[in-house]
Amino acid sequence: MTVESVFPRLEALLPHVQKPIQYVGGELNSTVKDWDSCDVRWALMYPDAYEVGLPNQGTMILYEVLNEREGVLAERSYSVWPDLEALMREHGVPQFTVDAHRPIKAFDVFGLSFSTELGYTNMLTALDLAGIPLDAADRTLDDPVVLAGGHAAFNPEPIADFIDAAVIGDGEQAVLDITDIVRAWKAEGRPGGRDELLLRLAKTGGVYVPRFYDVEYLADGRIGRVVPNRPGVPWRVSKHTVMDLDEWPYPKQPLVPLAETVHERMSVEIFRGCTRGCRFCQAGMITRPVRERSITGIGEMVEKGLKATGFEEVGLLSLSSADHSEIADITKGLADRYAEDKVGLSLPSTRVDAFNIDLANELSRNGRRSGLTFAPEGGSERIRKVINKMVSEEDLINTVAAAYGNGWRQVKLYFMCGLPTETDEDVLQIGTMAKNVIAKGREVTGTNDVRCTVSIGGFVPKPHTPFQWAPQLSAEATDERLTKLRDSIRGDRKFGKNIGFRYHDGKPGIIEGLLSRGDRRVGAVIRAVYEDGGRFDGWREHFSYDRWMSCAEKGLAGTGVDVDWYTTRERSYEEVLPWDHLDSGLDKDWLWEDWQDALEEVEVEDCRWTPCFDCGVCPQMDTHIQVGPTGKKLLPLTVVNS
Amino acid sequence: MRGRTGTTDEGLSPLARRTPDGPPPAPTVQRIRLRYTKRGRLRFTSHRDFQRAFERALRRSAVPMAYSAGFTPHPKVSYANAAPTGTASEAEYLEIGLAERRDPEALRRQLDESLPPGLDVTEAVEVATGNFVERLEASEWLLRLPGVEPAEAEKAAAAFLAAEAVEVQRMTKNGLRTFDARAAVAAIGLAPADAALVGIGDNTGTDGADDVRTGAPCAILRLVVRHATPAVRPDDVLSGLRSTADLAPPVPAEVTRLAQGPLDEQTGTVTDPLALDRAAAEVGR
Repeated sequence: MTVESVFPRLEALLPHVQKPIQYVGGELNSTVKDWDSCDVRWALMYPDAYEVGLPNQGTMILYEVLNEREGVLAERSYSVWPDLEALMREHGVPQFTVDAHRPIKAFDVFGLSFSTELGYTNMLTALDLAGIPLDAADRTLDDPVVLAGGHAAFNPEPIADFIDAAVIGDGEQAVLDITDIVRAWKAEGRPGGRDELLLRLAKTGGVYVPRFYDVEYLADGRIGRVVPNRPGVPWRVSKHTVMDLDEWPYPKQPLVPLAETVHERMSVEIFRGCTRGCRFCQAGMITRPVRERSITGIGEMVEKGLKATGFEEVGLLSLSSADHSEIADITKGLADRYAEDKVGLSLPSTRVDAFNIDLANELSRNGRRSGLTFAPEGGSERIRKVINKMVSEEDLINTVAAAYGNGWRQVKLYFMCGLPTETDEDVLQIGTMAKNVIAKGREVTGTNDVRCTVSIGGFVPKPHTPFQWAPQLSAEATDERLTKLRDSIRGDRKFGKNIGFRYHDGKPGIIEGLLSRGDRRVGAVIRAVYEDGGRFDGWREHFSYDRWMSCAEKGLAGTGVDVDWYTTRERSYEEVLPWDHLDSGLDKDWLWEDWQDALEEVEVEDCRWTPCFDCGVCPQMDTHIQVGPTGKKLLPLTVVNS
Repeated sequence: MRGRTGTTDEGLSPLARRTPDGPPPAPTVQRIRLRYTKRGRLRFTSHRDFQRAFERALRRSAVPMAYSAGFTPHPKVSYANAAPTGTASEAEYLEIGLAERRDPEALRRQLDESLPPGLDVTEAVEVATGNFVERLEASEWLLRLPGVEPAEAEKAAAAFLAAEAVEVQRMTKNGLRTFDARAAVAAIGLAPADAALVGIGDNTGTDGADDVRTGAPCAILRLVVRHATPAVRPDDVLSGLRSTADLAPPVPAEVTRLAQGPLDEQTGTVTDPLALDRAAAEVGR
């Protein structure tokens, strides 16, 4: 049964919308496979605008891994902006894939990748546009399996009503395993219907199916326990971990969009995982252990990727790129190889202590040296001990001095506000640090005209981190603290003019906090916000705090809990957390000890360079750290053509 | 929700004291003018989108481009008079500067292969003359009006031509602007029958179904517009047809630029803007 393209109907709407090119597909390296010759079909959605979703590495990797398989097809979908959404509703055009413009409802699996919780309302929009019932319980054999993944899926409870299943951890192998199960079930004539398929997935222990777990609540609103309600369904669901990144050199053929997107570069993930142990960082906790891609593997991916795309910049991605054991040889090797080709290199996420100025010089060999970015995260030495960000002010000042001495004129510093145990004094020290940076810059360069920009975000406690028990700072207290800092910087006659100050108000962080540490009861709030018109909550111009708060009041009525209960309340050791049955490998007792260490300002080392400190991941997941050095170098490429 | 961008960051510092290391960029030794298309669903490509796609195609196919000097060298490409987003075109033009000589036809083939289907490079001629942009005096457009009876469209076109002036309005960056759409129009009328599907059908290979256009009436107008200031676009002429003759197509018109170049005022036709360069190339051979 061939599924018709909705493009003819969509095309008639495109002259009336902004940036129509984002809806037409046809990107370089995109794939359209024959519908009828495939028996398992995936629609992969990144639930944000195309410009944000297209460069997403996770989606791109799974798209390619699935399409490489015989008999398997994967197409992509992104959130449509409200202008097109209105027209689609008016003209009955369903949510579609951009590859062959097929309706989402026709696929076997509808996989959504959530980098952030703020994509939840967009999922509901997409489901509704697709004609798929919002409630998983109402779906029939005609509907795809709605599957959530990505970092936010490590606590899928707030969207438990809307998804059929969730997968936590690395997706590469997981999507292939799920494909096999779907294929077998279809080949057998779909025995037992939807329920049986979900049961087969759940029994693997690697796919979480919320409907097979009952949540019992205590009289005070806390969770009593979470119990499987079917025989054979495991008590806990494990995360997936891919070992040996060199065996997974994806994306091999990165997508090159016609429309402008947020990252226009050839990205290579140089390692996965991070064991620096920053206590606020969910990504670092849930992606353990560290697995490096080899220098030669990286070199090959860059070479093939540049040929396939024509990109003018290479991004070496990871959670802390300067920590790769052979980062110096990688950057020098790549800079040498592509010196003639005007290919730029970038290294997002570098740490002050891992940073070295030779590395930065290599990255900007022939480029402008205008700004360097560091993330000390906390203003005072004390708070940096609490969060386990082991950077001393002396380290920072030395690094900055070297940077200014090598031609840089601008330093950007990232901080968080609202960290556990934080006081006004901790935050005011951010200003002091910025002043010291300027003073050092003036001393080294001999000019007054150096810049330091301070950028501050509100801290949101996340599941599976030592701060999962911590009280979140209220929006009002966050704003008050930031105002004090701003006034102290602006009021400084000697340095104030050279310090830029950027911050976000505390309100969006509270909603993110509600969704991050929420349980199944929060689902009613998400639905109410969606029904009230909430869309694109990650975009300031679309986000409405007042809507979320009034919908939370309605949605949580009768539960005895409210937004404060989910956000600013500190949890105790014995409390059952909504995500306890999702196993990230981290030992809960270890997380608790680390939380206690945080309160006592005790730091923890990185297990790459010190003995194991028993976070639990490696034994629990049967994994191990994979780091170099390999001792290999990147040789110059032989000159082809001309 | 926190953006972590690269270690380097452009802008802000007017103080850059370093200059790029190494010799200045290689000079331009050959310039080539290219004609290209925007067909099918890729007609929704904006000009900025096309620029990025084209410059990446240059890199993928390793064209020996000449670059500008400075810390962020740009390949030497100049674009002329791009068609608006959403309109198809058979006749877009650009010019590139090369640091090494290349055979124009081989280069054309190479670039065409590197660009997605729908963005097709159809001609390449070595530059021998100046004032190319001035030579683009007028454009010939085809307007497909699905759901409109040809006779009705013909009558509207006649009414438009008969008018002394046709005031139309368009929203611009500086607010609503009112101007005359009539004076710039050199010709408008029903297109010859063979013009049927040029440039419109989706030949990008994946959404085959949308070329099936059966049954309903569909008028096709041919329009020649002089390039003037303010620019009169096909959309403006359509607004004019609405205001002078109540012509209101039920769905958006599908617009294709067929040609741009010197205008033969006598015949109301647009001629080949590359003719002079082509003739010079013949002489040189």
